[in-house]
Parts: sequence; structure tokens; C-alpha cells
Amino acid sequence: MFKKTFCLLPFVLFITYNLQLTTCFSQPLSSTELINKAKLYDGRVVYYEGEVIGDVMKRGANGWVNINDGQNAIGVWISTSLLKDINYTGSYKAFGDRVEVTGVFQRACLEHGGDLDIHAQTIRKINSGRLRPQRLNPDKKGEVFILLGVLISVWILNLLKRK
Amino acid sequence: MILRPRLEDVKIIGYYLGKIILGLALTMVIPVITGLAFKEINPAFDFLIGLEAALIFGLLLTKVCYTQKDLNWMQGMIVVSLSWLAAMILGAIPLYLSGHWKSYLDACFDAMSGFATTGLALVQDLDHLSFAHNLWRHLIMFIGGQGIVIVALSLFVKGASGAFKMYVGEARDERVLPNVISTSRFIWLVSIVYLVLGTLALGITGMLNGIKPVNAFFHGACIFMAAFDTGGFAPQSQNILYYHSLPYEIITITIMILGAINFKLHYHLWTGNRKEIFKNIETITLFVTIMITFCITAVGLTQAGSYPQALTLFRKGFYQLVSGHTGTGYQTIYPQQFINEWNHLSLVGIICAMALGGAVCSTTGAIKMLRIGIIYKALKEDLKRIILPDKAFIVEKFHHIKEVFLEDKVARSALLIALCYFILYWLGALVGMFFGHPFLNALFESTSAAANVGLSCGITGVGMPTALKITYIIQMWAGRLEFMSIFTLIGFLVAALRGKK
Repeated sequence: MFKKTFCLLPFVLFITYNLQLTTCFSQPLSSTELINKAKLYDGRVVYYEGEVIGDVMKRGANGWVNINDGQNAIGVWISTSLLKDINYTGSYKAFGDRVEVTGVFQRACLEHGGDLDIHAQTIRKINSGRLRPQRLNPDKKGEVFILLGVLISVWILNLLKRK
Repeated sequence: MILRPRLEDVKIIGYYLGKIILGLALTMVIPVITGLAFKEINPAFDFLIGLEAALIFGLLLTKVCYTQKDLNWMQGMIVVSLSWLAAMILGAIPLYLSGHWKSYLDACFDAMSGFATTGLALVQDLDHLSFAHNLWRHLIMFIGGQGIVIVALSLFVKGASGAFKMYVGEARDERVLPNVISTSRFIWLVSIVYLVLGTLALGITGMLNGIKPVNAFFHGACIFMAAFDTGGFAPQSQNILYYHSLPYEIITITIMILGAINFKLHYHLWTGNRKEIFKNIETITLFVTIMITFCITAVGLTQAGSYPQALTLFRKGFYQLVSGHTGTGYQTIYPQQFINEWNHLSLVGIICAMALGGAVCSTTGAIKMLRIGIIYKALKEDLKRIILPDKAFIVEKFHHIKEVFLEDKVARSALLIALCYFILYWLGALVGMFFGHPFLNALFESTSAAANVGLSCGITGVGMPTALKITYIIQMWAGRLEFMSIFTLIGFLVAALRGKK
């Protein structure tokens, strides 16, 4: 029994080590981690997660989406066929779709003039975006009217002084 | 003997300050209209609050301090230095109300950065900022680049003598046209014509890049205002990297260089005197210094192996360099990449470029090309004096619109201002080092703030200590106004405290 376990140990260790490596890169990496350790991740397949912001910029068969994970936004070069599911992009009026991207990380992409980017292989929508409610803040409304009152008073006082 | 300022001095300063604040208040109408047009109700209210506060303050000052007297030199200088502080405080109100700035100091930091056309930013979650607030961030760069006082000069101030004193106080010692008010209007004319052309070029390029038409033209207008006024703000958090576009980079480089050229030279180009661009000491110095600093940067980047191909090295290196040299601060790399991937030599190249700046009577900050050219000529003259026989008659000339003989007082003035800038760069670096940043990083950020550039190596951020934020605000203010009006303000305050009646 002991002999059998001993024989299996290197095999188990090998599997565990490889599993650990795979798990390490299967966890979404933060933009800060990618930018700060760009040389380490250069040319590797990474998982990156965040909100699609701004415009989806289609350029022929591919396009650019910028994905913000709350720390920085990183440009993702992606086939337009994979962009069909993206309905919302982050702006003042909307929260963008939250997506997970799998792709090759490029520290200084040769295809794109040295940009730090990700060439996506897959994209998966995690959460759908939504429009942000536009409600007038009552405090602001109050402040506008109070200041308007003060402004009119100052103006009238000036007129009276001039007379 | 120092004399204590009279009440009349305070009244004259207050009256003209009030006029400038009224001019500034009127500019807030533009973001109010933008907010309403894009159905951004809360942002429109933020600007209404800011507008009303500025109008009340301006009206009170003009009425309490009412006078018909014209400004003298001291009063003109003080009005300018105080109007920039007032612009920062009032311009920060709508920014702070948006909730995208963590404190009022942070909003003031960005307002000063905008007015001084620096481009360092503490805004949070920029990608969700409203059109109205984004327009205001860029509009204050447009206003600050031409000069806050110039806005008022163009609209309100009638007396040409007092106007000239304020014009000089705002670091513009050259008149394009004989009358300073005509000069102000010409500066606006040039800027607005370029604004239309630049917005069209960037808007169309944006659309071809796949941006929606409204966004493309909005971004185009914003990017133009910040590039021509060598500011450096952008509507998205990734700055110019957001666009992933070579044509966009080429257009912004062209606009940045146009912004770094003297308005007097623009006038000569517009009136058909195109040869001036090849003879002018400023354009020659700008060309030479760009080449030298780019060589330093390129050698550094090659040593560091930052970019695998010569073309990518040129694209990244040249863009950041021109952006730094013209004092714009647009980036196509992340701030951390300066520290992680660029070596010390390449950073020194960028720091030197930032420290030099663009032309006088342009929208740039820093030492400026005319002074660098004059210092070089003065050095050459002195070397000739040493080398040539005693009896030799040495005359040095330079070409700036016309042939000018180099006089000692001109060289002295250029050297003094250059010295003041160097002290300002080093003082900021010392404060940065005091807070634990390495020397080169601290010098990079300090030079960027004092030279009104806006490139960042990552020090500027919300978590930055309050003292460092205040240091950079003072550097941006002093660097933009080129010291004299600030020295006058300090002198005025000292006289008020210690002077005799």
C-alpha cells in the first residue's frame, strides 16, 4: 500500500502543480495587475473581466471594445461576430454590460502600434447593463432656487443703489 | 520703506476681479445648455448652481468696489493672480456637485489643472461622467489656454491701458496687433477657426473609427480644445489610447504643435508671410529641441527594449515626447508604463522636453522656446567674447518676426525666468521625495505640473497626500502665470501686513 502511494506521489504532485498553474490564469486578472506586470503576462492567454465602456468601434471584421474593471480600462480587439450580445456600453446614462474576456494579452502589440491590449478569443456576458435612472436631486433644486433668490436680491439692491 | 496698500487699491482690484468673474460666469451657460440638450438634468442644475454663485460673487464685487479708475501695474498683476484662484474655486463647484470628485480639494485640483492647461486629473469614474461636465473640463482648458483675462478683455474691459497690464500679467508679453483688445479678439478668432476645422477632422476620423456620430463630434470638440490649448484632458479614462487609431494620433500631434506656436506667428502665416516659420528663432529652437530630446528618449527606449520594432518605438516614443514638449500631456500609454517599462534615460528625455515647453504667446507653459533660443545666443556671444581678440566687436542677433539685437537685459530676463522654473521643478520634486517617491518619479510629476504638461507617471491620484495636491496646485498656478503676478501678490500681502501707512 505504502509502495503504491509512493509511486503515485510524483504523478499527483505533477497534476496538482499543473492544476494550480491553470487555476492561476483562469482567475480574472485585474487591469492593474496586467499593466504593472505586463512583461510577465505578455503573449499569454488571460481572463479579464469588466464593464464595456464608451463606444464599440467596429473596424471591418474586427472591432475595439474598451473594458473597465473599476481600476483602469483596457482595449480588447475582438471579432465583430462575438460582439452581438453587447447591448449596453457604460456612459453617464447607462451601466455597460459586464463581460468576461479570454484572450492573448499584448504588452506592446505589433499589430496595433505598440498598444497594450488583449486579442480576445471568447467573450461571455456575465451581467447585462441597464439604463441609469434620471431623477432630479431635490437638494440641488432647492439650492438653485435659494441662490436665484439671492441673485435677484443683489440685482434689485444694485438697481436701487443706482437710482 | 514698504507702504501699506490703500483702500482704493483694494477697491480697484476688487472691481476688475468682479468683472472677470462675471465673464467666467457667462461661460457656464454653455454646459447648462449642453446638459439640457442631452437631457442631463442633474448636471444642468450643477452648472446653474455654479453660474448663480459666480454671478452673485461677481456682482457683489463690482458694486461694492465700484470705481472708474484704470489699473496700475501692481493692481493689474494682482487682479490676474487672484482671478485664476477665483476661477479655480468657482469652476470647481459644478465639478464637485457631480459626485465624481472625492473632495472639494480634488475638484479644485482638476479645475486649476484645466484652467492652467495642465491635464493632471483626480476625477473618479470618468467613463460615466456626463456630457455637460466633460464639456466643462475641456472648455476651461480652452478658456485658460487663451487666458481667463482675455475672455474678460474681449467682452467687458474698455480701458486699453489697464487691459494691457492684465494681459502682460497673464504671461503674454507680446501683442499680435497694436491694440491689446484687438489682440485678444484675434486670439479668439484663430482659436475658433481652428476649433471648427479640428472638430471636423477629429469628428470625421472618429466616425470612420466606428464611434457614433454624436459621440465622435463631441469627443472631437473636446479633444481639439484640450490639444490646441495644450491641456491634456480627454473624455475617457484611457486618454488617447481609448481610440486605438493612428490617424487620431497624427491629427492630435498636428493640433498640439499648432497650439505650441506663437499667436504672432499664426498671424504672419495667416497674412501670407509663410517664410517666417523657417526663420523664426522659436520654430527653429522647437525643431532642434524636439530632435535632441527625441534622440535621448529613443536611445533610452532601445536600451530598455520597451518596444520590439523601430516603428512602434517611434509611434509611442514620439507621441509622448511631442505631447510633453508642447505641454499637452496626451498619453497613448498607461502612466505606470513610464515607470515599469521606460528606463531612466528615456524618462530624462521626456522630463527635458516637458521642462522646455513651446512658444511664448502660445497656450503652452514651461520655460518656452524664445527664452531657450535667447539663452543659447547669449551663451554663444559670451563664448565669442572669450575666444575672439579684445578689440573684436561682437554683435548677436536673432530673428523673431523681425531682426532683433540681443541685449543684456533681454538675456537676463530670459535667464531669470528659466531659473525660476528650474527652482519650481526642483521644489516640487523635493516635496514628492518627502512623501517617499523616488527622485526621478518625483521630478517627472513635478515638472509635469509646473510646466503645465499633464503627463503622469502614476503619482497623481486620489490617494495622494493633501500637501502634495496643494503643492501641485501652486506649481500649476505659478507655472501658468510665469511668476511675476504671483510675486506681486505676495508683495502686496506682505505690504498689507507690514507696510507703513
